Amino acid sequence: MRNPFKPLIAKFGLPRVIIVSFFLFLVAAAGGFHMNLMQLLSDCLRRWGMFGILALAMVPAVQCGIGLNFGISMGIVGGLLGGLIVIQLQIAQKPALVAIHPLFAMWVAILVAILIGVALATVIGYLYGQLLNRVKGSEMTVTTYVGFSIIAFMNMWWMLLPFSDGELIWPNAGKGLRNTISLASSYSNVMNKTLAFNIGNLTIPTGLLLFFFFMCFLVWLFMRSKTGIAMSAAGANPMFAKAAGINVNKMRLIGTTLSTVLAAVGILVYAQGFGFMQLYNGPMMMGFTSVAAVLIGGASPKRARIPHVLIGTFLFQGILALGLPVANQFIPESNLSEVARLIISNGIIIYALSQVKGGNGRE
Amino acid sequence: MDKTKETYVLKMDNIAKEYYGNRVLKGVKLHIRPGEIHALMGENGAGKSTLMNILFGMPVIHSTGGFEGTVEVNGEPVQIDTPLKAMEMGIGMVHQEFMLIPGFTVTENIKVGREISTPNLASRLFGRSMESLDFKQMRRDARKALKTIGLQIEEYVKIAGLPVGYMQFIEIARELDKTGIRILVFDEPTAVLTESEAERLLEAMRVISSQGIAIIFITHRLDEVMAVADSMTILRDGEFVARKEIKDTNVVEIAELMIGRKMEKLVDDGIPDTRTIKDDDIAISLRNYKVDMPGEKVTGIDLDIRKGEIFGIGGLAGQGKLGIPNGIMGLYKAEGQVKINGQTLNLDKLGDALDHKVAFVSEDRRGVGLLLDESIEQNIIFSAMQTNGKFLKKFAWINLYDAAAAQKHAEEMVKTLDIRCTGIRQPAGALSGGNQQKVCLARALTLEPDVLFVSEPTRGIDIGAKKLVLEYLAKLNREQGMTVVIVSSELMELRSVSDRIAIISDGKLACILKPDDSDAAFGLAMSGAWKGGQENA
Repeated sequence: MRNPFKPLIAKFGLPRVIIVSFFLFLVAAAGGFHMNLMQLLSDCLRRWGMFGILALAMVPAVQCGIGLNFGISMGIVGGLLGGLIVIQLQIAQKPALVAIHPLFAMWVAILVAILIGVALATVIGYLYGQLLNRVKGSEMTVTTYVGFSIIAFMNMWWMLLPFSDGELIWPNAGKGLRNTISLASSYSNVMNKTLAFNIGNLTIPTGLLLFFFFMCFLVWLFMRSKTGIAMSAAGANPMFAKAAGINVNKMRLIGTTLSTVLAAVGILVYAQGFGFMQLYNGPMMMGFTSVAAVLIGGASPKRARIPHVLIGTFLFQGILALGLPVANQFIPESNLSEVARLIISNGIIIYALSQVKGGNGRE
Repeated sequence: MDKTKETYVLKMDNIAKEYYGNRVLKGVKLHIRPGEIHALMGENGAGKSTLMNILFGMPVIHSTGGFEGTVEVNGEPVQIDTPLKAMEMGIGMVHQEFMLIPGFTVTENIKVGREISTPNLASRLFGRSMESLDFKQMRRDARKALKTIGLQIEEYVKIAGLPVGYMQFIEIARELDKTGIRILVFDEPTAVLTESEAERLLEAMRVISSQGIAIIFITHRLDEVMAVADSMTILRDGEFVARKEIKDTNVVEIAELMIGRKMEKLVDDGIPDTRTIKDDDIAISLRNYKVDMPGEKVTGIDLDIRKGEIFGIGGLAGQGKLGIPNGIMGLYKAEGQVKINGQTLNLDKLGDALDHKVAFVSEDRRGVGLLLDESIEQNIIFSAMQTNGKFLKKFAWINLYDAAAAQKHAEEMVKTLDIRCTGIRQPAGALSGGNQQKVCLARALTLEPDVLFVSEPTRGIDIGAKKLVLEYLAKLNREQGMTVVIVSSELMELRSVSDRIAIISDGKLACILKPDDSDAAFGLAMSGAWKGGQENA
């Protein structure tokens, strides 16, 4: 028996076929329950832009050879600090800026936050890269635990850092930063609202998507530069790169730093779309969702490209966005959607890791 | 010889073996008398390992279709199809890589798997695996085995931290401790030993054989064979060449038998040779050059390679010839003085050789030579892009990949070198060995080097591609005056294209020979009979 779809499926990848079918099933089910499909799809688009840059952070990490970066919380922490500083300085409320346009003031706020976040993430990423160069061969385990550790470490600092703005610290003159910080007075939804328009009930968050695509373009450009190509070679075959006179450790350092920086940008884009910044254990599992997204898109621990990010994030977040309301229709008052999210994200990670062929890592 | 009078402990006759259509053994015989030391000699790839794998019934033989021929142990035909069976028949092996457990004591290592145990209460309830170990008896056995080979060491010491030489002896002791051992195979036992350790090992071999145990001694070192062996079998290219009694032969004859083959012209001399090679115009000069490459150590070489010549570097595997180019390219730690066209090379700076216009085609095509998942185009232009900044265009402040220029060049290269592919976008990993080699060569040439190192250029590629690659190297040399250094295990190929050939033995330069020097000269140089670096004019 010959199955004409077999080569097609092999090319597209069985997990993607399943995920796409599941996504289509959810769309059909949502339609079947007479739910507001357009609103659900709007949600998909919003989440696509929100999570995209966090998934994009996997590309330089995988290409430079450290594999899937479960430790993007390193960069997330940098981004969160940038966001906190901007709120503390109340940039979005500066009369001079607001006078031009309130949205302009918010853009200045988030861009300053991104700049600070990038600066911090560069330093953190460099140190993180130094660490990863010392643990070659077991990066993925190390990144996972480093990611958890930084969360625990920052849990202390969130209590101790000298922020004083009323929006940030616990109310009633409490001490330490809040668990969830509202961005309503700073840069909440600034990207989502920019140039947004509606087609019927479908909302297109133009600013958000443009910013996401622009970041993808920058990374794509970098991957085609001399350094980017050298970095990919160093990741694919360290000995080959060495024979061409490339400093493999330096390339890994660049890739790790870039990944960390993207994570810092990513968390701020996520936070503005969500409307809140989550501290403490909030970003704990961000690494896992990002890894799962890019893997669903077709990346492997050895190779990740921009299309993997675009496809993967859309499918993964789309399923989550549709999953909850649809599941609630099936079994009201359940947390089936959360269970599905865990099964999908962890299942796809296990699948991808089982596909890695061992024993060819050498330098 | 009168066969009826001779008794052999081992007789292997008409042994033939094919790996995937490639005949590696063609009717080989091996006869061993009890208690003799029998040397098994031949170049790399002569078929020694395959023959031993057959003797041990290794799975690699039987999973690839078995073998032809007969094996007799003590005059009885036997079927050895598992290593366990070989062990039961009293055939033991001392491995080249030690198979010892570092955290265990000497006794435990000798006795592992064959522990002596006594029943106790638990074993009566749960079976034999719960019996207590009789350490006293085991230590006594270990002592005895160690004493046989004259190793002064306490049997309760842990293996970890022992000198390499001791480990070898413990391996031997373990084999001796097996009851009923009749044949013991030593696979290049002296390769990792110092001279005095090797001396002691040879002594131990004599003692063992005097107890009636036959020894098959695999080695490349002629002096050792002359010192201990009683008889020898020589293989060449999977064929049986001769069985000789050591007392009836001499070093020169053995060397000739090992190398001897008709010179086949691999290269057509269609290209006029208009080169003028001067002795004082040196392209590469090495002084006290050392490379720390695992398995291919270079331990101090002085060598001058003249500008415009094709220089061959030969020698047996593991002797250090591959270390020479790998060290220069910075892939392994190297020290000493290296001058390229009179300029000193900074060996600690990665890529310095590339900056001095030296290119390298690695012996490890799939490991070092190629990005297997990337396109042919990427593979060809990569080094030149990184080193010379070619195939890049400026976009704002960044250097971007110039796809159009790269494609044009890659297509040209594919045409010149006749790389058989579906297109320059095909991943390099999908090509055949010969075409992969051409891609590697194309990449090196894109660098427009003054000096080209080619390591094992014809390993694993078919005869047609072999000829094309060698001819192309000759053409580059004749037409562009490129200095070409070929490192190869295939003497025949070196002798067909090189102007001079350096033979590396034991990490040192044995001598420099002319391609038309006698087979015996090559054989002797490769077997470590000549030391020091004299030029044989």
